Formats: sequence, C-alpha cells, structure tokens
Amino acid sequence: MTGGISKRIYRIQFALLSPEEIRKMSQVKVITADTYDDDGYPIERGLMDLHMGVIEPGLKCATCGGKVDECPGHFGNIELAMPVVHVGFIKEIKTLLDSTCKSCGRIKLTEDEVKSYSEKFSQYSFSSSDPEIIGLMSKKVTDEASTRMVCPHCGAQQIKIILDKPTTFREEGIKVTPKEIRERLERIPDDDLQFFGLNHEVARPEWMVLTVLPVPPINVRPSITLETGERSEDDLTHKLVDIIRISQRLRESRDNGSPQLIIEDLWDLLQFHVTTYFDNQTAGIPPARHRSGRALKTLVQRLKGKEGRFRSNLSGKRVNFSARTVISPEPFLSINEVGVPEKAARELTVPVTVNIFNIDHVREVVARGPEPRDEFGKYLAGVNYIIRPDGRRIKLTAQNAEENAKRVEPGWIVERQLTEGDIVLFNRQPSLHRMSMMGHTVRILSGQTFRFNLAVCTPYNADFDGDEMNLHIVQKEEARAEARIIMKVQEQIMSPRFGGPIIGGIHDHITAMFLLTHGNPLFPEAQTVHMLSYLKLNRMPPVEVVGGKKFYRGRDIFSLILPEGLNLKFPSKLCSSAKEKCDFEIEPIDKDVYIINGKMTHGTIDEAAVGSFSGEIIDKIFRKYGSEEAAQFIDRMTRLGVAFISGRGFSTGINDYDIPESAIARIEEISQQAIDRTDKLVETYRAGQLQPAPGRSVEDTLEIEILSTTGSVRDESGKIASAFLGLSNPSVIMARSGARAKMLNISEVAGMVGQQSVRGGRLNRGYYGRTLPHFKTEDIGAMARGFVKSSYKEGLNPLEYFMHSIGGREGLVDIAVRTSRSGYMQRRLINAFEDLKVDDSLRVQDTVGAVIQFKYGEDGVDPTRSDKGETVDVDYLAFDLENEEVQ
Amino acid sequence: MKKVGKFNVLQHELVAEHHVVPKKDEDKVLSEIGIARDLLPKISRSDPAIKALEEIHGPLESGTIIKIIRKSPTMGYSVYYRAISSEVFK
Repeated sequence: MTGGISKRIYRIQFALLSPEEIRKMSQVKVITADTYDDDGYPIERGLMDLHMGVIEPGLKCATCGGKVDECPGHFGNIELAMPVVHVGFIKEIKTLLDSTCKSCGRIKLTEDEVKSYSEKFSQYSFSSSDPEIIGLMSKKVTDEASTRMVCPHCGAQQIKIILDKPTTFREEGIKVTPKEIRERLERIPDDDLQFFGLNHEVARPEWMVLTVLPVPPINVRPSITLETGERSEDDLTHKLVDIIRISQRLRESRDNGSPQLIIEDLWDLLQFHVTTYFDNQTAGIPPARHRSGRALKTLVQRLKGKEGRFRSNLSGKRVNFSARTVISPEPFLSINEVGVPEKAARELTVPVTVNIFNIDHVREVVARGPEPRDEFGKYLAGVNYIIRPDGRRIKLTAQNAEENAKRVEPGWIVERQLTEGDIVLFNRQPSLHRMSMMGHTVRILSGQTFRFNLAVCTPYNADFDGDEMNLHIVQKEEARAEARIIMKVQEQIMSPRFGGPIIGGIHDHITAMFLLTHGNPLFPEAQTVHMLSYLKLNRMPPVEVVGGKKFYRGRDIFSLILPEGLNLKFPSKLCSSAKEKCDFEIEPIDKDVYIINGKMTHGTIDEAAVGSFSGEIIDKIFRKYGSEEAAQFIDRMTRLGVAFISGRGFSTGINDYDIPESAIARIEEISQQAIDRTDKLVETYRAGQLQPAPGRSVEDTLEIEILSTTGSVRDESGKIASAFLGLSNPSVIMARSGARAKMLNISEVAGMVGQQSVRGGRLNRGYYGRTLPHFKTEDIGAMARGFVKSSYKEGLNPLEYFMHSIGGREGLVDIAVRTSRSGYMQRRLINAFEDLKVDDSLRVQDTVGAVIQFKYGEDGVDPTRSDKGETVDVDYLAFDLENEEVQ
Repeated sequence: MKKVGKFNVLQHELVAEHHVVPKKDEDKVLSEIGIARDLLPKISRSDPAIKALEEIHGPLESGTIIKIIRKSPTMGYSVYYRAISSEVFK
C-alpha cells in the first residue's frame, strides 16, 4: 500500500499458450484425481498438491516455501490422453480449416494473391496497429480463400467442413477428430498465418487444440472446510477431477486396445468436460451440474456478466465503514441531518490522528472505552480500535481502556465511534442522479432505522414502505471537506436537471401552507403560540384584536419564516389558470403571491411556492441568500407545516365525494347521451356516410370522433361533480394546492371513470372482433370498447372492471419495460462519460486530452445555477431592485 | 459543378454552419484555442456536411479544420472545431 511503484506495465501481449509453455510454467504434473488423504493431508501429484500453493495455515508451499499469505500460488498441468479442441477458439479453428488446404496446409490463395495480400498485411505490425483493421482485412482474405474448392497449390479436391455446434467438425457427415484437426493446423506454414491475423511466433494454430491443460493454483480454487469438518471443493476442482478421471480411463482403454466405439465415447466425454471446464453455458450442451443440481460456476462464469469478476469485483467493490438499514421519517430533523441508530453508530468509526493539540481530548475519549454513556444514559462516542504507528491494531475493551488512554501518543490513530455532527454520505439505489448520494450530518437516535426530513424524500425518490438506504462514513479530512462543501444536502437543493429546487415541501407541508395562508385566516393566540413553539424564533407576528381576543393572521405567521428583504411576485398554483380574477380567491390581487421585504401580503402558498420541483420561494431564497438560508427556510417551513396540520387535523374519506342526487342523475344522463352519440356515429359509419377528416381514413376518423365524444363527457362529468366539491373539501384542497392527486382523480371517484385506452386508442384486443364474448363481433359501440360510465365510488360492473384492468396493466408493463431499458442506457452513458473532466477554462476533455467540448455545455452555463435553463431572470431582478429601492 | 436539383444539407435550417478553416489560418486557430491538431474532435470524411463542402472547395485532405457554428438558446451561437479524420466512421 505504501512506498513506491515496484513494477510498471510496459506493454501487454495477447498470445496462445503453447503446450511447451504450459509444461514449463507447471510445477507439478497432476496424475491423481484425488485431493486429500484420510488424514486431511494433500495427496502428492493430486489436485491439491502442495506445489500449487497452500491455503491451510501451518503448511508451506513446496515450490516457493511461502506460508499461506506469502505464496501467490503456482500452476500445475494435466497431460490429456487425447487432444481436445478449446471451445474459446472454435470460430478461429473453423476459419483456419475452411481457408486452408486439407492436404498441403497452404492457404487457398494463388501465388499472385498471396504476394499482393502479404504486401498489404506487412504494412500493419501486430504490436502497433489497430487489431480491428487487421481483423477486417483478414476477414476479407479468408472469406475469399474459403470459397475455393480446389487447392491452388497442390490441386487437392476440398471437402466442405461443417461445424456441428459446439465442438464437433464434420466432413460429409463424417467426424473429424481433434487429433486430425490438430494435424491439419500443424501443416499450415508460418508464412500463411499472417492472413489470419496470427503472429506465428506466439500463436501457432495447433495450440488451439489442447494436448495439455494448465491446472490453476490452489489459491484460485480454494476448498472450504465446513463446521462439520467436511471438506467442500471448489467448482473448478470438481471439474478438474472429472477431466483427470476421464483422461485416465481414455488412456487405459486406448492402451489395452478397447473397441473404437468405446474410445470415441470416452473421447467425446473428455471433450465435454474440458468444454464445460472453460464455459459451462456453451450453447448446445447441457451445463455440468453439482450433486445438488446447481450448475457449476466455471472459468467463463467467473468473469462474465453482472456477478462476474469485472463488474462485481473490479468496477465495483464492497466497502468498510458503511451501514444499511430501513428508513423512516423524522420531521424534527433538519434536511441536512440523518438519524443514525446507536447500534450502527457504535460500529462505524472515524479515524482520528493524534497530535499535540487534540491529545488530551483523545485520551479522554479513549479512556471511556468502547461503550460509554453519560450520566443520563445518553449515547457518547467511544473508541473501538487504536492503531499504533507500526500499524498494529489494539482492540479497546472496557478493561484496557484506561491503560491504553495513557499509552496514546501523537502519531497514533484512534478509531472513534460516530458522534453528532460527523459528516456522512447517505445513498439510495438506484443512484440515478447526483442527488442520490448526499452529505448529511449525524444525529444519534435510539431505534433501529435511519431517519431524515421528509423534504429529502424527493431527491432520493424514497418512501417508507420498507425502503432501505446506505450510509458511508467518510475517512479522510479532504473527503470530509468535499462532503461538507459540495455534497451536503443544502448544496444540492438546486437540481442540474432543470435549474430549480428539487428539495421542497411535499404532501402535508403543502396542504398545511395552503390552509395557513388561503384567505388569510385568523388564528387564536393559543394555537399560534403552539405552532410557533415548533420553531426556534423569538418573534411573534403582528396582533389583531377581534372581540377583545388576540388573533394572528396566517400570512403573517408564514412571513415569520421568510428572510428579511425578500421580494417576490408569482402566480400561485391555485390560480395558475386564472387570467384576471381567480375563482378561488376573493380579491383579484390574491391571484399572485406578493412578498415584499420578507412579508407576505397577498395570495396563497401552495406547490408553486414551496413544493419540490417548483418551489418559487425556495428558488429565490437560494439565489439571493444562498444554500444556508434556503435550507433553514425548508426546515422551518416543514416544521411549521407539521405543527399546524397536526394541531388542526386533516383527513379525507369516501363521503368527501358525495354529490347531490340531481348531479348524479345529470352525469348519468350525459354519459347515456355519449353512448347514444357513439352509436349514431357508428351507424353513420356503417351506412358509409361518415366524412373522413383530412388526411385520415374513415376508420381513423370514427375512432377520433368517438374518443373526443367520450373524452369530453368525462370532462363534463368532472365539471358537474367538482361544482359541488368546493375548497372546503379535503380532497379538493390536496388536488388544488398540488399536495397530492389531480382534479381528474377526484372526478373519476365522484363523476365517472371514462374511456379506457391502450396505446392511445380504444380497447380492441382479445377475441376475434371483440374484447369479450359478452359483445357481438364487430360491435364497436362505447361499452364494447372500454367506456366506463360508472364512478369509482359507485363501483364498476364486471365488464367495466375488466376494461379498467386492461388499461391499468398497460401502465404497469410500461414501467417494467422502461426501468430495465433506462437502466441499461444509464450504464452505457456512464461508461462513456467516465473520466471526462472539466478544467478551469471550462473545456471538457478525456484522459488523453482529446477535446469533447470547447466550453462546457457549449455555453459554459452551470445548469444547476441557471434559472430553469435560462441564464438570468431579468424580470425578477428588476422587480427585486424596484422593491428594494422603495424601502 | 453542383448537380442540378441535388439537395445541399448545409442549407437545411437544422444543420449547423460548417466552414473550412483556410490552411493559412489553421495555426492561428489552433493557438487561439490552445490545442494540438490531433486532440481536436474528429469528423468523418463521409459526413454529409464534408461532402457538401467538397462540392464547393474541391477535395479536402484529412486534418483540415472545420469550424462549426451552432445556434444556442443561451449563447446566441457557439463555435466548435473539428478536424477531418483519416478514417471513415461507421
């Protein structure tokens, strides 16, 4: 870990292992299929021979003399009784056999062609040229050679070789043995190999047919001892045992002159075992299985795919100093904090290097031992390990704590347990954007879960239905500084996705702010004081005395948490569709929220003001006062919201959707009219009198007409229903304020569900010409094509329920398809962007220095600091300035 | 030179302006942006825009610098440089 570089990679060469080389690097020729003897000692010349390394403590490697951790392991070898082909090179062998003469071994090109092609090939050297170009050239030449049916050199007639997957070659139905293949490959002269992209010095083609097999070191395939004392061998060892057994049997059969049939069977079996030893998922052969029925994990399986060596162990690793548990909400924490359970905090440590300035404090902490509590039984950070300068770790116990505290000197490292105020990284998968991993400061809490402020659910996309999250403890000063300065939650309020706040109030926060400010209601003193007791403020809003009692205005209460000097004017979500006067406000001026010098005077606070993704107030506070102030506003706003709504109470139920009989009758009437109108349209169509819309077929026109009929009737019924559901209705409050759901959902419950669709059109799949056997074939009326005239409250009849389920399934399938596809797209993007960096001149370059963009984003604008993608909001700046001058 | 009725991609409003940087100005441009020629982004010689430029300027050799001026909603326009690649991208 420490010290200089001992070796530097100068170059890498890919080549084939020759049999001589395999024998040369082998330390032992393995001849026995057994592993250990009855005493548990490795059998000599067996698969666990001590020459191939040691995995048991106490034993020494017979090759290098190293102990368990010192010996890197050494290869052995198995002499195969008969040659077998290597599955990994099947394609190459096929091309070689196809393009060379079966009798003289030359490539099937005329002398002239050989001459002209070799000139071309000699321009590219194996060590410095692009392998892709050589590959393309070789493909062209070999394609040409393989079509020749007569050898241009010796005139021999050629027979087409067919590859019977995975490893058998046939000539006119007769099997070509690996031995024969090897002989043919041996005949290919060195000079002809360049046309195949092979460097004859390091890759003779006959090496693709194995005569000797390397046995990997024991370190690569360690055996494990179970609690019962039973030994369990690695999958690779199992496979090697099979190979040795069959090879031995094959050798015996061959030597004592067994019938050809038996030899061939054994030979095939050996080929099967060697093939599955390399790749146990070769197409065309059943995977080799363990006794339990589990498929063996052989060489290719160790490397390939998500669980393979590359993606699982090299690109991604398991880490220390991390914790994972279920998450739950805690509205009394700041957005910058995370609640960590004591149990986790005791295990997670921060290394503290002892120096002359902190030694007294460190000694005190060490003396506390590993599980300290204060006099009230509250958590105190202790120490788990202390590390001496020589690297020795001392485990701290309650017994040795005092004594070790005295021994601590500057230069020692003390692994202190997590304490309040430590900065940690908090993450929820899938980590789709940078806000998926943010810096939080620690609060130690009792309980078993991680907790955080509800406003932070949005960036993590978390809810509390059993979600788990990860916590990482940053270990170095530099990293802690970065975490605090750039990763902390408050620094991530602005999203680079759309240049607005991604952190803000959700659900109840928005409902609460709405109820607090809409119509500027009066609150009695007791209620106001109770609400404000949730906030750490030492101010009260201006009093209003009515009938001798003290009252406070909602907007004044809200103004308390606004920073001084804030000037803002924007339309509320409630009135976003209003032009002059808003239907939901008494005064026309309340259409817009007015905040002058930190005092809110008009309008209603809702999603547009404090919501995540849109919150105008959060956005402007962040820009004018910075992250600290914005975080404080969100903290206070969420607390005020919780304080208010938990005092007032807020709930909705099925009777919130009650509308008068007359309205129900009216909805019934218009839905019947829509059905009739649809029938009439169908009639016109059947009579051939429907006029097609420009550029459309008659069928399309009919569908569009019907869709607009059923669509407008749903809107109509929604209007009728919502006319009776005013702003005193909790569901309407939630929908209008943007806290949850849309007005559409309410009209579905109270009015009617409406037309169901799949891929933007009416339902039409199922039986021939109809969706269900309840309808006549070719019935294209409203009900037969998924029109639901009932409301959720009233209930759906079985046919409607079926239609609704079809529509609902489309959504589910969509989500399932989208997530897997976007996941893979994400992976490709990240791999492409890996290692790009933006330098001081805003130039985007890769590691070589090649330019990707001359100026980041081609405009140098940081989308995080941009105003919804625009560089500056001049109108707002003017408004702000204007109001500052007034004061 | 230009075949009658042949569509010129450079005249399409969605295609950014492509200009050939004259040989004598190449060094100036390179020193201005402070980058070696081989580190410039590349453009395939089979790119329709290069083909259109070759209609005007005659055959362009590889390494020729192309100045691309793109419209940008935030900047008005942005300038980008590419060198013609010796290879043909697939």
